[in-house]
Amino acid sequence: MQQTTTPAPALRDAMPPPRAVRDEEQVFLTMTVAAQGCAVPVLLVRDVLGPQAITRIPLAPGEVAGSLNLRGRIVTAVDLRLRLGLPPRDANILPMSVVVEQAGELYSLLVDEVGEVIPLPVEGFEPNPPTLDAFWRDISRGVQRQEQRLLIALDIDRVLAIG
Amino acid sequence: MDDLLADFLTETHEGLTALDSALVRLERTPDDHPTLSEVFRLVHTIKGTCGFLGLPRLEKVAHAAENVLGRYRDGALQVTPAGITTILSALDRVKLIVAGLEATGREPAGDDAALIADLDAASEGRGIAVPDAAEAPASPAAEPAAEAVPEGGAVAAQTIRVSVDVLEDLMMLVSELVLTRNQLLQLARANQADAFAVPLQRLSHITSDLQEGVMKTRMQPIGNAWAKLPRLVRDLAHELGKKIDLDMRGANTELDRQVLELIRDPLTHMVRNSADHGLEGPADRRAAGKPETGRILLNAYHEGGHIIIEIGDDGRGLPIERIRGKALANGLATEAELAQMNEREILRFIFAPGFSTAQQVTSVSGRGVGMDVVKTNIEKIGGTVELVSKEGRGATFTIKIPLTLAIVSALIVEAGGERFALPQIGVVELVRVAAGGAVQDGAPRIEHIKDAPVLRLRDRLLPLVSLAGLLRLPATPGEAGFVAVMQVGGQAFGIILDRVFDTEEIVVKPVAPILRHVTMFSGNTILGDGSVIMILDPNGIARATGVGADAAGAEQRRGPPSGSSLRSDSRTSLLLFRAGDATPKAVPLGLVARLEDIPAERIEMSGATPVVQYRGALMPLIPVSSGWMRPEGTARQAVLVFTENGCAMGLMVDEILDVLDERLTIQPGSGRPGFIGSAVVAGSVTELIDTAFWLAQGGEDWFRAARPAAAAASRPQLLLVEDSAFFRHLVVPSLAAAGFDVTAVDSAAAALRMREEGARFDAVVSDIEMPEMDGIAFARALRAGGAWAEVPLIALSSRAEPADVARGRDAGFTDYVAKYDREALMQSLADCLAAPLVG
Repeated sequence: MQQTTTPAPALRDAMPPPRAVRDEEQVFLTMTVAAQGCAVPVLLVRDVLGPQAITRIPLAPGEVAGSLNLRGRIVTAVDLRLRLGLPPRDANILPMSVVVEQAGELYSLLVDEVGEVIPLPVEGFEPNPPTLDAFWRDISRGVQRQEQRLLIALDIDRVLAIG
Repeated sequence: MDDLLADFLTETHEGLTALDSALVRLERTPDDHPTLSEVFRLVHTIKGTCGFLGLPRLEKVAHAAENVLGRYRDGALQVTPAGITTILSALDRVKLIVAGLEATGREPAGDDAALIADLDAASEGRGIAVPDAAEAPASPAAEPAAEAVPEGGAVAAQTIRVSVDVLEDLMMLVSELVLTRNQLLQLARANQADAFAVPLQRLSHITSDLQEGVMKTRMQPIGNAWAKLPRLVRDLAHELGKKIDLDMRGANTELDRQVLELIRDPLTHMVRNSADHGLEGPADRRAAGKPETGRILLNAYHEGGHIIIEIGDDGRGLPIERIRGKALANGLATEAELAQMNEREILRFIFAPGFSTAQQVTSVSGRGVGMDVVKTNIEKIGGTVELVSKEGRGATFTIKIPLTLAIVSALIVEAGGERFALPQIGVVELVRVAAGGAVQDGAPRIEHIKDAPVLRLRDRLLPLVSLAGLLRLPATPGEAGFVAVMQVGGQAFGIILDRVFDTEEIVVKPVAPILRHVTMFSGNTILGDGSVIMILDPNGIARATGVGADAAGAEQRRGPPSGSSLRSDSRTSLLLFRAGDATPKAVPLGLVARLEDIPAERIEMSGATPVVQYRGALMPLIPVSSGWMRPEGTARQAVLVFTENGCAMGLMVDEILDVLDERLTIQPGSGRPGFIGSAVVAGSVTELIDTAFWLAQGGEDWFRAARPAAAAASRPQLLLVEDSAFFRHLVVPSLAAAGFDVTAVDSAAAALRMREEGARFDAVVSDIEMPEMDGIAFARALRAGGAWAEVPLIALSSRAEPADVARGRDAGFTDYVAKYDREALMQSLADCLAAPLVG
């Protein structure tokens, strides 16, 4: 998570009012995993896909749902529910894929719903409450208070540190 | 013009171009050290190559220029514009000569004395009288040639150097194109879209041609990897006093440069082996009725999408008996297993790690490293290596490797409801089998011996593995299925599959880093229908199933699982002997380095200890029975030799009885010093000697350098981490005798793998001084978390100073025991495991 500074110009242009993103803000993509709101820096996101055909990988760690084909590149899918220790998804809910890049490899995070792209003030992040589960503290970079819910900013490097 | 010269010219042109700009840069910034080094290196390369090619004129000029640059580089001389000018004029002269070379293939005549004098003057720091005029006299002679051949002459223009990265990128793009083409073809087939049929055909052809074309850019004749061999063989022949003929055939056979790079070293190693221990000396050859000159044959050719390389010699062949003995001594197989093996299987032991049958270690080979590395490297590129040997007639290695690593032909198969790609290289045949017990249409069926599935295939029984089972997929209770008969290394086995689809050319892509530890797959790829599919690794499957002898070897290298761990309840090869009384005595064969029969007169006395001069050193001899008497007259004394860390000691026994494989159940003994206890071996009560005790008699410091280890549990489960095979053999039996169930591994990494695999132990005993991860780091790793964070951990070390003990405890060791103190170790284990076990 080195890119905590200014968003790339291209992205800034894409934001509705170009000047809305101030330096002390970071742009996040929000998503829902088993009713828990999560957010990842949008700069890490390469793609958002609907339900995909996923090939299972025998002997792989449980959180690894399999791999999928994204325009000729093989993407490893990680089920965020299982990764975060949340209950498994009902068979009738088809997961969305949030494709992120880490060290040149593409990974797809399987989530229940993808929300919106929003700028969040860096200042607005609260430290993890000490009562939070140790594993969650490890993968969360902080908590953002929103009117309706709390958003956990995920540390992608930690989320992908599987096995 | 020969190839070497052409290469030299191409290279020199590049070098000269780079030099011009570098020198100009240097003139501007005389302190620029990197540039100075670069310039020096470029000139040095030119000089070096000239010497090699026999171009004296060029060499002299380059040498003089190099002298000046050397002084600049060392700071002995200040860089001055005048000096640079002199060097530039030397470079111009080099260009002239090179131009002449290019035109005629020979160095043009000319006199460079003046220029060289200038350069020498510059190197001595003297000024140059007439800087620019100095070169004038010599130039005219060569100038016409220079005009005729413009800069970057004919040779340079015919080839361009392209960086390998560019080629790799191109290759990757073409691979993607092939995939997309396959996808399109599949779509077209499904949709019957006639309008597209013709252009699609064309696209398909062009893609294939393009693929071939790009592949060609990466192809190099295998001769490139052989270029150094004639010299190597000549030198070896000289050194070893042999006469050797190296016959190289098929040097023009082309293969992918990536593959070429990877087989260069294995090939060199194998030729070296052939020359060193394959071929006999001239005298031996004469005696064997062969021509004095030995012959090494290298042969390369294409066969069905693969390259076959044969390395053969007409030497003495591989000594089967010696390999058998060595395999037994190294614990790679038991006598019973060996008895069932055919020659070919026994030969494969030479691919086991650390295996060498050379009686002497020469500077050339025989250090016991090599063939396992060769095999690993070849397998890494999806190849196989076979060995045929006839004693007295020679040996031939046959290497089969894919033409390219980028695209492989694979069988698409299904097991447990999932599809996989199985590379065709290892597949010998496909057999359709009937399910269950039903015998129908004479189709072969899968039978079971206990739980192990086997297939009667013609005249042999083929061991089978179920792919679904191996990958922990639900088994499909299908009607019928297939068995892919695989040949991996020297071993044949079958993989049970549910279905077989067609074959497809696939592009191997590496798996994501988080999946690298799954060794059953060599990669993944995208099929024509767009789905992702995992590619099976036949070598990984062979290893995982433990099929075959070298699979066992490979596992031993990795450390823990199945057969390789030395468990106290598994079979142990025992050497039976008699000493003193009539009760047979036994010692694990793995501990004994050699058996010797020493003439009595060679036994001397050093104080009260009998010694013998043995391999250039004095070896203490310790009698097992108390009342030892020197054998009379010409009698001989049987001695078991133990070695470790270059020290040797001999245990004198009355008679060597037998070597047996037994599952040991040791009853703790009466506490008689020197004996662990007794066991029933071959029907009679046999005393097991405590090697530790006897070794200690041989001299204290013997062990200081070495290291022991130990561990066991009601039986409490103990894990012993100890890199020395010797001490593993030593400690395991004594702990087993004390009522522990011991598993021994040879490295901390292996122990950590066992932890990952979910193994459980009541206590861990670890050596401290180990290569790679030492005991301290191992303790920290265990204590950092994971399943074994709380397991009692005992350090065994030859260093037991208070500071060492403190360091060990800091790292997380529960207790610290001096190596070799068996009592202390037992006590410590009893304490650590608390009350429950020791009664």
